[in-house]
This record gives sequence, structure tokens and C-alpha cells, in this order.
Amino acid sequence: MIYAYIENSKGKFKKAAYELVSYAKNLADTVGDSVTALTINSEDSSELLYKYGANKVINIQDEALKSFNPKEYASVLSEIMHGNYILFTHTTDSASIAPYIVKKKSAAYITQAISTPLSMVPFRVKRSVFSGKGIAVVETKEPIIVLTLSVNSIGAKENPVSGTEENITVCTDIDPRYTVKQEEVITGKLDVKDAELVIGAGRGMKGPENWGMIEDLANILGAATACSKPVSDLGWRSHSEHVGQTGKIISPKLYLSIGISGAIQHVAGVNKSKTIVVINNDPEAPFFKSADYGVIGDLFEVVPILTKKLKAFKEAN
Amino acid sequence: MKILVAINCVPDTTSKINFTNNNKEFDKNGIQYIINPQDEYCLSKALYFQEKQGAEVSIITVGDISVEPVMRKALAIGANNAIRVNIQPTDSELVAKEIASVAKEGQYDLILLGKESIDYNGGLVPGLVAAELNCAFVNAVTGLNIDGKTIQVVREIDNGKETISIELPAVLAGQEGLVPENQLKIPNIRGIMTAKNKPFTVVEPKFFGNKVNVVEFEKPIIRSNVVWVDKDNLDELVRLLHEEAKVI
Ligand SMILES: Cc1cc2nc3c(=O)[nH]c(=O)nc-3n(C[C@H](O)[C@H](O)[C@H](O)COP(=O)(O)OP(=O)(O)OC[C@H]3O[C@@H](n4cnc5c(N)ncnc54)[C@H](O)[C@@H]3O)c2cc1C
Ligand SMILES: Nc1ncnc2c1ncn2[C@@H]1O[C@H](COP(=O)(O)O)[C@@H](O)[C@H]1O
Repeated sequence: MIYAYIENSKGKFKKAAYELVSYAKNLADTVGDSVTALTINSEDSSELLYKYGANKVINIQDEALKSFNPKEYASVLSEIMHGNYILFTHTTDSASIAPYIVKKKSAAYITQAISTPLSMVPFRVKRSVFSGKGIAVVETKEPIIVLTLSVNSIGAKENPVSGTEENITVCTDIDPRYTVKQEEVITGKLDVKDAELVIGAGRGMKGPENWGMIEDLANILGAATACSKPVSDLGWRSHSEHVGQTGKIISPKLYLSIGISGAIQHVAGVNKSKTIVVINNDPEAPFFKSADYGVIGDLFEVVPILTKKLKAFKEAN
Repeated sequence: MKILVAINCVPDTTSKINFTNNNKEFDKNGIQYIINPQDEYCLSKALYFQEKQGAEVSIITVGDISVEPVMRKALAIGANNAIRVNIQPTDSELVAKEIASVAKEGQYDLILLGKESIDYNGGLVPGLVAAELNCAFVNAVTGLNIDGKTIQVVREIDNGKETISIELPAVLAGQEGLVPENQLKIPNIRGIMTAKNKPFTVVEPKFFGNKVNVVEFEKPIIRSNVVWVDKDNLDELVRLLHEEAKVI
């Protein structure tokens, strides 16, 4: 049996969930097995997961798990996940739950895989190392494998099956030594790790007051916003937007960089993007060496025009 | 209060990465080593509690003798003592087991690790340490307060943050933001001098048997040359993104 843990955000499946189910389905087809997707307190329809190949969806409902506690999540999940392949998306939450399951099952633990298996026995898969400056093929001969998949690594692929649903209600004891006190979330904002399109802006923006044009562009495209390290260090943007070797490592379909020089540490965090566009007024900017498309020009001129053109394109398509 | 900070010794962020021996090994030639950046945030935060609350801060590295200069730097920054587990690690799970074992024996209250190393980008040692110790774990920590046996932890969540109250012991994976950039501690001359005389323990490894091995390395595909688009012809960029790259 192949298990995939499906994360949700406020009840809705995360986009990466479909990619994970696609991954699980690929594994299942290779070994002639079926996919069971597990969710905790989700409100989305299981149909959404059947569409990508989940044969079974188990919905766990538990009041006590309304707030996140990795240890508690793991103890509930590990009671159900009795397969040889236990899959997660590599997010902060899933990467917190998985280790407890690894321990419980004495499993091999492979994180941030970027490919489907190269072979099943022994199990071999690629993972990105040295912040995207290398790729490692790793291997395990263990019978039980817990694997986390990098977001946007293989992409979601529809593969409809007729699935079944099971609803389980559990009543976990609340751990008195671990209490979530407060949550502050900015709603309506796309998360940079989950996003398929990302606009990154750097010190070329001159100051935080100029970010309106970046947000306009992001809104038109439905993209998340990111920034370079100095921009977050200067407090122009929140640290959660900082991408790069020491920030978030992302792999969207499109990374559009604006006023970023392309220092090796920044590029290391974005070079797994499918397509990179660079806008910079310095033709010598190192980022152009890692770009698919380059525009030499003043961002204060280029960005508003590009936004207008994209808006027209979106309206026409 | 005893705090254990796990320090990984990694290639400098500007390193060019190459592989040797038929792509079976990482080429260490000419590589400068540094404290893993996220571990630096953890160390600075731990030293804050050393200063304010008299916490004892130990550092631990699983590595052969070549990691000692980097560990000495952590001592120069201010850690009280250092423990090195004498083995060149080849499997993260074993690293986690060694760290957990030292943490248990030393009865540490709080174990701080970086969220992810910039060498093998596992992001797995911290969680496994927590699982080994069967204690609480918080990932992506950007804020920490200690109040006796209780800690308040702030962690990053999608588009926001969450504050959690935990009873010690606990394992935390820290990241950028845990201390402001301008409060990252750097070694001074006095620190460098005193580092030489600080307790430095070398222990032999207890755990063996890799479950996961690297078979070989590859270099990522290099992008073909950049296609230039004239800034006065941005319709062309939109067309390329739609028709050629198919990303919009
Ligand atoms: C240990 C370490 C870790 C690091 N980790 C990271 C990391 O994870 N992520 C990261 O981003 N950085 C990281 N850095 C910093 C990195 O080395 C660079 O300093 C940083 O990426 C530069 O940011 P920037 O491109 O925004 O700024 P700058 O280097 O100042 O570049 C600004 C760019 O904007 C262009 N520009 C200026 N005005 C305009 C205009 N009007 N129109 C168009 N273009 C314009 C300029 O030509 C220039 O190329 C790290 C550094 C160290 C030492
Ligand atoms: N060999 C090691 N010695 C000490 N700490 C380590 C070692 N490897 C990893 N760590 C710690 O675990 C964190 C995450 O590493 P990783 O799981 O390898 O990405 C690092 O930031 C360190 O704090």
C-alpha cells in the first residue's frame, strides 16, 4: 500500500497535494499497488484527489488536531499508514510529522526528492543538493520508505480513478505541554513555496514604497512575491519572502526577477525554476547568465508596461 | 538551563560545486568551510540566553577532525564548550542518533538545530533528533522566549506565524529571522583567545549502518543562452512566455 499525506490549508487541499497524489500514483502503477490519501480535518471533496489517482481517501476528523502538533499528527497517522511507501510533500509541517513516523516504523527517510524513482529495488531517486548546485542519486534497500517530495518537482498529472472514501473520527488527548497560543495569517496572499509563478524583486527597487508595482504585476499573473536577502534584511519586505540559499529554495514554473543582481546565493535558491526571466538595467548583471529570457532596461519603466501587456493578455485569454 | 546547538560545517555559500571519482564524491578541493548559516542564527539566539539568563551553551558537531576550525569559531563566538562526535557522517539518520544520544546523556533542556543544511539540504536531522528523544519539535522557528521550564516559540507558517507554548525539553529547528541580522554574533579577539581553552570533548560514534546512501552525483542542466527581448517590445516577452515557455 502506498500512503500519501495530504495537507490542507483552512480545510482546502494545498496545490502540492495533487502533485503528491500524482507521484503516489506513479509509484503505484510501477509496483502494481494502490494509493491511499490521508487527510486531517479537511473539508474538500475527495473527488479532487481521485482525479489524480487516489484509490482511497481517508478523512480523519479530530477536534484536538485543529491546531498543529507534529507529534500528535504523527501518532494518529502512523496508526493508519501501514504501507511500504509513505509519502509527504516537503513543507515545514509535513517535514515535522514525517520524522516521528520514520522512527516508529524504523523506515528509511529520504527528503526533498525531485524525481520519480529511477528503480524500485533498490529504491533510487534523485534529490537536489548543495542548494541546487548539484543533484544526488540516493539509494535505500530498506523495506519501508518515508519520502518527502519537493514542491513543483514533477508537477501534478491528472489520472482519474474511481475512488472510495472513508471517514474516521478520532479523539486525541490534547498534549498539555504543547499549546498553540496564537496564529497570525495574512489572508489572500499566495505562499512563495507553493506558488507556480513567482515574482522576485531586489535592491534595484530602491525602497519598500515602490513595491506596489510588484504587487500589481503579481496580482495580474496570480503569482507570489519574493525578494532577495538584503531586501528582507533591510526590512523592506518580510523574511518569509526571502529566497536563496539561506532563505527559501523554490522551483516554480516561472521566476520573474526584477532588479536582482543574481549573486550565486540568490540564484542557488531559484535555479530549479522551469523558466527564469530577468529584468535589469545592467547588461552585465550576473543573473542574465542563468536566465531564459532577459530584458535590459529600467525596471521603473519596464514593469508598468509589462503589467499592462500581461493584463491585456489575461483579458484576451 | 542547558542548551545544545548542533553546528554543521558546510561549504561556503560562494563555493563552486564539483564532483570527483567518477561523480561518486564531492570535490573538497579549494572549498572553504563555514558554520551552516541557519546554525549561526541558532547559536546567536542561544548566546542571548547565556547572557540574559545564564544558560550554558554547548555545541555539537558530528564530523572528523577537519571540522574543528569551524567548531573553534563557534566557541570564539561564545559557546561554553564543544562536543565532537568523531566520524565523517554519511547518513543523516545516524547524525541525528548521535546528537540525540549526547543530548540525552547531557540532559539538555533545549536542542537547537538549523532548519536545513546548505550542503545536503536534508532538512531532516532536527525532526529525527526530536523523534529519537520522543519530545516536542517545532520547525522553521523565528522567535523564542524562555521562561523557566516553559518556552514560547514562534514559527513560520504559510503566510504568517504561529506562537506555541511548550514545556521543556524540546527540539527546535531555527532559521533566518530568529535573531535580527545586525545581532548575529561574530568572534572578537578575546573570544578567539579564550576559545583555545574551552572544554572540547571528542566522543566516538555509537551508531552505524546507513539506511540511505548516495550512489552518484550529477550537475544540474545548464540553461541554454539567454534570449534577449527588447524593452520596447514586451509583447514579444508575453508571447514567448505563453507560446514557447508555456508558463502563462
Ligand atoms: C552567507 C551569505 C548568504 C546569502 N544568502 C542569500 C540568499 O539566500 N538570497 C539572496 O538573495 N542573497 C543572499 N546573499 C546575498 C547575496 O550575496 C547578494 O548580496 C544579494 O542577493 C544581492 O541582492 P540584490 O540583487 O537585491 O541587490 P544588489 O546586488 O544591490 O543588486 C541590485 C540589482 O538591481 C539592478 N538595478 C538597480 N536599479 C535598477 C533599475 N532602475 N532597473 C533595473 N535594475 C536595476 C542593479 O543593476 C543590480 O543588478 C547571501 C550572502 C551571504 C554572504
Ligand atoms: N554533521 C552534523 N553535525 C552537527 N549538526 C548537524 C550535522 N548535520 C546536520 N546537523 C544539524 O541539523 C541541521 C539540519 O541539517 P540537515 O537535516 O542535514 O539539513 C543543521 O542545520 C545542523 O544544525
